[in-house]
Amino acid sequence: MNKILIIIQREYLSRVMNKRFLLTTILTPLIMVGFIAGAAFLAATDKEMHKIAVVDQNGFFKGNLRDASDIKFEFPTDVDTANYSKKGYTDIIIIPKFEGTAKAEYIIRSKKRIGLSLESKIEDRINDAIEDQMLQQAGIDRAQLDSIKSSSQFAEMKSLEETGDSVKESSAALSYGIGFGSGMLIYITMFIYGAMVMRGVMEEKTNRIAEVMISSAKPFQLMMGKIIGIGAVGLTQFFVWILLIFGIIAASQFFIPQDVLQQVAELQKANAQMGPGGAASIAQAGETAQNLYKFQNTMSTANWPLIIGCFIFYFLGGYLFYASLFAAVGSVVNEDPQDAQSLMLPITMPIIFSFIIMSRAVEDPSTSMATWASIIPFSSPMVMMARIAYGVPGTVPYWQLAASMLTLVGSFLLTTWLSGKVYRTGILMYGKKVGWKEIGKWAFRKN
Amino acid sequence: MSAILELTNLRKHYATQKAVDDISFSIEQGSIFGLLGPNGAGKTTLLRMITGIFYPDSGHIQFDGKTFDPLNDIIKIGYMPEERGLYKKMKIGEQAMYLAQLKGLSKAEAMQKIKFWFKKLEMETWWNKKVEDLSKGMSQKLQFVTTVLHEPKLIILDEPFSGLDPLNANLIKEEIYGLAKRGSTVIFSTHRMEQVEEICDHIVLVNLGKKILDGTVHNIKQQFKENKFSIKLNELPGTLSAPAFNIVNVNDNELVLQINEGFKSNDILTHFLNNQCTIESFHEILPTLNEIFISQVEGTHATARAFQKIDN
Repeated sequence: MNKILIIIQREYLSRVMNKRFLLTTILTPLIMVGFIAGAAFLAATDKEMHKIAVVDQNGFFKGNLRDASDIKFEFPTDVDTANYSKKGYTDIIIIPKFEGTAKAEYIIRSKKRIGLSLESKIEDRINDAIEDQMLQQAGIDRAQLDSIKSSSQFAEMKSLEETGDSVKESSAALSYGIGFGSGMLIYITMFIYGAMVMRGVMEEKTNRIAEVMISSAKPFQLMMGKIIGIGAVGLTQFFVWILLIFGIIAASQFFIPQDVLQQVAELQKANAQMGPGGAASIAQAGETAQNLYKFQNTMSTANWPLIIGCFIFYFLGGYLFYASLFAAVGSVVNEDPQDAQSLMLPITMPIIFSFIIMSRAVEDPSTSMATWASIIPFSSPMVMMARIAYGVPGTVPYWQLAASMLTLVGSFLLTTWLSGKVYRTGILMYGKKVGWKEIGKWAFRKN
Repeated sequence: MSAILELTNLRKHYATQKAVDDISFSIEQGSIFGLLGPNGAGKTTLLRMITGIFYPDSGHIQFDGKTFDPLNDIIKIGYMPEERGLYKKMKIGEQAMYLAQLKGLSKAEAMQKIKFWFKKLEMETWWNKKVEDLSKGMSQKLQFVTTVLHEPKLIILDEPFSGLDPLNANLIKEEIYGLAKRGSTVIFSTHRMEQVEEICDHIVLVNLGKKILDGTVHNIKQQFKENKFSIKLNELPGTLSAPAFNIVNVNDNELVLQINEGFKSNDILTHFLNNQCTIESFHEILPTLNEIFISQVEGTHATARAFQKIDN
């Protein structure tokens, strides 16, 4: 058997045939879901009640300020800024006398500083009340106003994307989710698996097995075997996660009532007959069926095969690009883990920068910054994934995708080649602290 | 017998040192060869070139009748470096299997050989243990097994006995003899001279990157002998001095004598026999390799090899 295959096999199996791997692979998504659910639950339940005294010098807020789940407005007469907390109020609002149309300043005082979201909520309520008041002054009576509000219609955006002759539904929210999710996943895995490669190399060096190994295999084989083996571990992990997600989706089908599913099927049929953008018959179906249909419909707007294919490509490309650099750093480090920290910095900085660019690109995928960053190999894995979610070739022209992929492949070949040279020298070097100048010399020296 | 390894004018310079500076020698197939030298003499660099880890700057290595080709010849070599190491978290059986497969054995072959060696060195119960559970001596044994498992033509052992108790050291020594008998050539690098004297047929002494001695243990000892003899007598005669020898040392009834130019060992015996002495023992004192080593290396500043500027 080929030596590199034997090395890949060991690197892979020694990590996968491990209780810790199974636990982290299965538990990580569960813990993440648990955290999100827990945070949402806490946000929903753990709310502090604000009992606010309103001192209204104009006298028209009483009856117009609506309470919220965590805000209660009261209009006592004997309260001022000196005694409101003694009387049991958490905050006090002092409303100035209106004079013309000038923007008035409202003052809210409290013992505890109020949060940003609460402040804007109170502001909204007050503005609503002023608006109501103005409408009433304009001659609309209270009953009319209430009936308008309860039946009011809201706009719901449905965006259609034009590709050549065909029109396709698209969803900015979904693109954002996919772009950010996959960019984030690449960011995290680059760190996890990159560091895993580095630690593996350091282990070989500090355990002094490097020389034994190099008398059996070429340093380059050793390095590539490790990088590919750990990359395969990463792919395995993704594969397990995808299976888990599909498993959960499949399992959740059993909990949806039969008639809802039937309605969804009818909606799909109606949509198919009328073409995208139609489906006016939605109103007949029940609310759950509508939501489910909308969800399915939105999900189907994404080009999943392209996205998953590109994700695997960019994960592997980005991983190979950075992992060989991590391997080179690992080979240079001596026993002291502190050395690793400082040597890692030039590698981790571009990853962190890419993440920042990615989080901007996912909001606005067509800026020139996003375009360039999606072609430059240091940042392309993350940034290109953020842009691809918005559609190929709509947002990302084919030439950009091709340029990005080709430069990524070219650059990881280059970094691997240079890292291989550093690795070859570094792995057998003991007891000497190595600077960047020397590493550069190793990388660019002939033979 | 033919030479398995022939080095000609091998040279390897580092930025600040001539680690190996024009060394040539050859090693006979099936012999046990000792590579000696003080710390920093260039032994490890030399061994790394023989094992294909380093490329020489210049010079030629002929291995097994052909120019040394590291890529393919590497599986015919077993190298146990001085800096030993194993994967700590790996099970011992799997570790041996992994290293054997890297040396080109198939799974079945490797399994059979591992079982054979584990049985021979009483390591059968270790299979599922991890390396981190082993003592230093135990992991040394394992390291030896992984080095010789694929029955390489050339076995290179750098300080193979360090960390082994006398019992286990003997066990390994027997195995080294056995391997040589079955046709493997053993290169043995150490600075423990008594072991070299005991085990090696042929030695080379390097110092400061240069070869300073090359020959069989017997020849080298003859070359450095000072014609000293030890004689033990029943009781000392009245007069000790004679034209045939000088007295180096007297210890009770035992004398150490140095023969003068132009005389033979029999002249000593004749002298004492003529003096009516009863001779209890008589033998030649050959210098130990240790003494030769020290006399050759001392005074060359080898103990603290200075860094020098090299113009490449």
